[in-house]
Amino acid sequence: MTINEIQDEIIEEFALFDDWADKYEYIIDMGKKLKGLPEDQKTEDNIIKGCQSRVWLNAHKDGENLVFEADSEAVIVKGLVSMLIRVLSGHSPKEIAESELYFIDQIGMSQHLAQTRSNGLVSMVKQMKNYAIAYQLV
Amino acid sequence: MTLTEIVDIQKIRADFPVLDQEINGKKLVYFDNAATTQKPIAVINALKHYYEFDNANIHRGIHTLAERATRDFEATREAVRKFLGAASTEEIIFTSGTTNGINLVASTYGRKFIKEGDEIIISGLEHHSNIVPWQMLCEEKGINLKVIPVNDRGELDMEVYDQLLSEKVKLVSVNHVSNALGTINPVKEIIAKAHAVGAVVMIDGAQATSHLDIDVQDLDADFYAFSAHKLYGPTGVGALYGKKALLEAMPPYMGGGEMIKEVTFEKTTYNELPYKFEAGTPNIADVVALKAALEYMDSIGRDKIAAHEDMLLQYATEQLLQIEGLRMIGEAKNKVSVASFVIEGIHPQDIGVLLDNLGVAVRTGHHCTQPLMKRFNILGTTRASFAVYNTIEEVDRLIAGLHRVKKMLA
Ligand SMILES: Cc1ncc(COP(=O)(O)O)c(C=O)c1O
Repeated sequence: MTINEIQDEIIEEFALFDDWADKYEYIIDMGKKLKGLPEDQKTEDNIIKGCQSRVWLNAHKDGENLVFEADSEAVIVKGLVSMLIRVLSGHSPKEIAESELYFIDQIGMSQHLAQTRSNGLVSMVKQMKNYAIAYQLV
Repeated sequence: MTLTEIVDIQKIRADFPVLDQEINGKKLVYFDNAATTQKPIAVINALKHYYEFDNANIHRGIHTLAERATRDFEATREAVRKFLGAASTEEIIFTSGTTNGINLVASTYGRKFIKEGDEIIISGLEHHSNIVPWQMLCEEKGINLKVIPVNDRGELDMEVYDQLLSEKVKLVSVNHVSNALGTINPVKEIIAKAHAVGAVVMIDGAQATSHLDIDVQDLDADFYAFSAHKLYGPTGVGALYGKKALLEAMPPYMGGGEMIKEVTFEKTTYNELPYKFEAGTPNIADVVALKAALEYMDSIGRDKIAAHEDMLLQYATEQLLQIEGLRMIGEAKNKVSVASFVIEGIHPQDIGVLLDNLGVAVRTGHHCTQPLMKRFNILGTTRASFAVYNTIEEVDRLIAGLHRVKKMLA
């Protein structure tokens, strides 16, 4: 599936929820299911700045594609991070660098998260794209 | 415990227009009062009235508006003097808030009178505003910074304080009340002991002024700073109290208009107190409205406000402790209406996000007290802090919300 196909799939999943709690329960569930990172990879280098809680992001190449792994100590953030990974991980650096993320808005999450917190997500997306751009060059 | 009404809560709530709104379809519960309190209509009207009828620059014009603005500005100074129990209005300097007041003292008194090898004592309970200015001064001048540790209940360890005191200590700066835990510190004792070794004492009163009666002369504080926005007043204004003799000996903080007596290119002489420390056009409108905030508190009765908040804190603490896995952070014998807690296995941010969706506004995180969080070996807390307009029913909403949050995150 392309990045946009995955985004559309998530939007469809969220369309089934008619109240905020269902959405959050789904996100919390995804947060719990995300494997996360081993302690030795939760380094200063991997920390995303701008989050109220800490988020760690790691990237590596798998063949032609870029794979992301991430973790957070707060489960809701981890759920949102899990969705970002589902959307962006496993695609080519070019696709990732050129992608436009619209699903967060569409599932009503940017509006529910206060600015300081969504800024953390914004920095995470930025960091994922930075990795993609960097891997395009090598 | 008794739930009888100490204040006329419905009447008080009607004074705060912001409270009458829904968040995510639920009636707003505002429990972030230690960050800033909401403003009564009297304060909002004072601001509006000033701009509609009286706006002018002060101490300069001889026209009617300038006289009116100056009169109202100086009337607030007198109200603040009375509020703090200061001897004279010369000792009341308007600032932009607590942070500004502490920086003023560090930059003027600190730079002039504290030297290399001297010591400054702060405490483990401090807000970053009462840590960083002293660190900056210490770094610049080679001064040593000492810290009074905090015990498991969130109180200062006064035995260690006694040991830290010596002739080398030139200044002690501690908060009157901790913003993160609500602990009321024994500042009178802290001051007396510091004076015994010849040190001056700065008190960060940011969290104390909305809950306690303040009497700087009784405390014998050398400096006392507070912010209007934490006591139902406007943002961007506060005051610094300083003993006259100290303020006179201190160099000015900023240069500019208002703070001078005479300027020539050869030499400038400075204005008298308190104007020496008030360079430039001050925040006139907000200073004027601060008086309305002080009068508002007096109209309810400061003792009644405190009693109402204590009742809420007691009720909330009892209810919170019944939640499984919940631990209070800060169980000082003397504390104001701040309930800071952690719930086992749950990140405070998750609690904050979900409570917000339930219409309950709390603060989560480190509360600008990172060293204190480290002391308790936690990432942060969830903090509910109560003000005069909060109710038992709202505390019930918090408790029900926490049960729901726990279930959602389980
Ligand atoms: C104990 C304490 N000190 C200082 C400050 C800083 O106050 P302001 O930001 O109004 O200058 C605060 C505000 O949160 C505080 O709680």
